[in-house]
Amino acid sequence: MRILVAVKRVPMTGGRIVLTPDAQAIATEHLGFTISPHEECGVEEAVRLVEREGGESVVLTLGPPEAEEQLRDAMAVGIDRAIHLVTDGEEWDGQATAEAIVEAVREEEATSGPFDLLLFGNESADVGGYQVGVRVAYALGRPCVTGLKAIAVENGRVRCEQEAPGGRDVYEVPLPAVLTVKEGLNLPRYPSVPGRMRARQRPVARQELERPAPRLERLRLLVPEGERKEAEILGHGPEAAPRVVELLDRLGLL
Amino acid sequence: MAVLVLVERGPEGIEETSLQALAFARSLLPSEPLHALAVGSSEGEDAATVGAHGATTLHLAEHEALDAYAPRAVARAAVELVERLRPATVLAAGTERGNEVVAHAAALLDLPFAAGCIAAEPGPPLRVTRVRWGGSLLEEALVHAEIALLTVAPHAVPARPTGGPAAVVERFAPALEESDLAVRVAQRIEVAAGGVSLADAKVVVSAGRGAGSAEGFAPIEELATLLGGAVGCSRAVTMAGWRPHTDQVGQTGTKIAPELYIACGISGATQHLAGCKGAKRILAVNTDPDAPILSSADYAVIGDLHEVVPAIVEAIRA
Ligand SMILES: Cc1cc2nc3c(=O)[nH]c(=O)nc-3n(C[C@H](O)[C@H](O)[C@H](O)COP(=O)(O)OP(=O)(O)OC[C@H]3O[C@@H](n4cnc5c(N)ncnc54)[C@H](O)[C@@H]3O)c2cc1C
Ligand SMILES: Nc1ncnc2c1ncn2[C@@H]1O[C@H](COP(=O)(O)O)[C@@H](O)[C@H]1O
Repeated sequence: MRILVAVKRVPMTGGRIVLTPDAQAIATEHLGFTISPHEECGVEEAVRLVEREGGESVVLTLGPPEAEEQLRDAMAVGIDRAIHLVTDGEEWDGQATAEAIVEAVREEEATSGPFDLLLFGNESADVGGYQVGVRVAYALGRPCVTGLKAIAVENGRVRCEQEAPGGRDVYEVPLPAVLTVKEGLNLPRYPSVPGRMRARQRPVARQELERPAPRLERLRLLVPEGERKEAEILGHGPEAAPRVVELLDRLGLL
Repeated sequence: MAVLVLVERGPEGIEETSLQALAFARSLLPSEPLHALAVGSSEGEDAATVGAHGATTLHLAEHEALDAYAPRAVARAAVELVERLRPATVLAAGTERGNEVVAHAAALLDLPFAAGCIAAEPGPPLRVTRVRWGGSLLEEALVHAEIALLTVAPHAVPARPTGGPAAVVERFAPALEESDLAVRVAQRIEVAAGGVSLADAKVVVSAGRGAGSAEGFAPIEELATLLGGAVGCSRAVTMAGWRPHTDQVGQTGTKIAPELYIACGISGATQHLAGCKGAKRILAVNTDPDAPILSSADYAVIGDLHEVVPAIVEAIRA
């Protein structure tokens, strides 16, 4: 099987989000970076499928030069190689992102053969656009199933389980297909030290791209005015238990 | 110019989130005719419901293949109607399905799509405020398109009945091709409703990395049972394999809205808070008096959860 998984570099924001003075981005001087948990599960699934079925897994990102870190992280848990669509760090909208990914997939397939699966996160961690995977599927004329919590490949088809209120909906589609996945699909492994070493040797194909004019144009970011609260301290240690019971009683929860 | 709202139906009629989308559409373009689109044949109740929420027309896309959900087929029906009505704006609720169908429509029409909007001002270009990071951050953006496609973040605005008359029903059979039905629900797995569901629980008792192990959840489970509530956890816990992902509260887990959320040994990362913003009250149990969760909590106990939680259990039993 040949599988491509798309990931996006995002800051690990911790307890409070602080913006840059121009409100165009999150201030990241003191932050680490990661990818969405959904995408982490996509990476893990690609590695497992290739471990079982043989073939090759490729990770792709569109992002600044620093996003190579996320590509190496994916290769450290077993992805074979990477494609880096290098930007100047400005964010691309969903349409432009999908178009660039489609172009890269076409080029890659022309030289190395078709992918059986293209895996995306159901939504990106930061933008939450809910669209890049769907747009790529349409441009390539492949079926697209979203929000998946289970994937099983058998005889050229893939059985997909999607979380739905009160249960799961099951889909069965032929390969090649585009799937968008959610955290809970699997439990991703942690990278080993030898895995990290190997990842450094694995190839990254780079291509620099110019950002087209956005059609969904960000003007500025805002931190919502969630009320900052001053928690009432009910006490310290187990001695606080009676006050907690009082509270539960007052709220009618006992 | 018309406004079109794609509405979803559940077991109890039109979904609340779809009624919210109708309210959102009305406040965006109050003087434009408001059209609703639903899939499948329908009784008079739906026309009455959407009419009472301001819609003048309820379009029903009827096709035998639409008995089972097929996202591309629903989007095809929507696009057919869009081409007929040429609305300025097309909206749906920002549910999983709403986002999915509008993404398909956006791909079919090659138009931009703004998901998770909480406010909008008419254009062109339409100006929206939308959520990022599961609601921890907002963005103001312009939608550069003749027809703006958007979804409304659930519970961003309340549903607002107008008391209007039942909407006029217009049925149509969308032209569907085989490829529109390639992705279609083939089977449904019902999950046995054992115990209290996390999303609907009145009380949720959660623990994070501070629980220390899977066994560390024993007193958490005991307290949840005593209060008739559900057990939750943070991502640190699911990543460690101590609890299943179905217990995770947060941006990439379950969104909860209990009367009381008891968060033990959880630091309060923005992605965790994105899942429990709907809680009426939060009680934090944490060894660290400076943990970020204390700025979102109403009450706190400073201490070790392994001592505090069993003491609460004992005090309730006493
Ligand atoms: C895109 C993205 C999505 C994410 N989605 C989610 C999500 O859906 N849900 C989620 O939870 N996280 C999510 N995360 C992860 C999130 O950023 C945090 O890493 C995670 O919530 C931390 O879990 P924690 O609070 O249990 O652990 P920590 O941050 O390590 O906090 C542990 C806390 O326990 C306290 N403590 C330690 N020992 C004790 C004790 N004995 N008694 C009492 N208190 C104690 C400490 O003081 C500390 O405050 C996401 C991250 C990203 C980047
Ligand atoms: N810049 C990017 N580079 C690579 N993949 C991306 C990028 N942006 C989005 N994606 C993929 O598309 C998914 C959905 O993104 P979105 O439509 O923004 O919610 C993400 O989870 C990623 O898998």
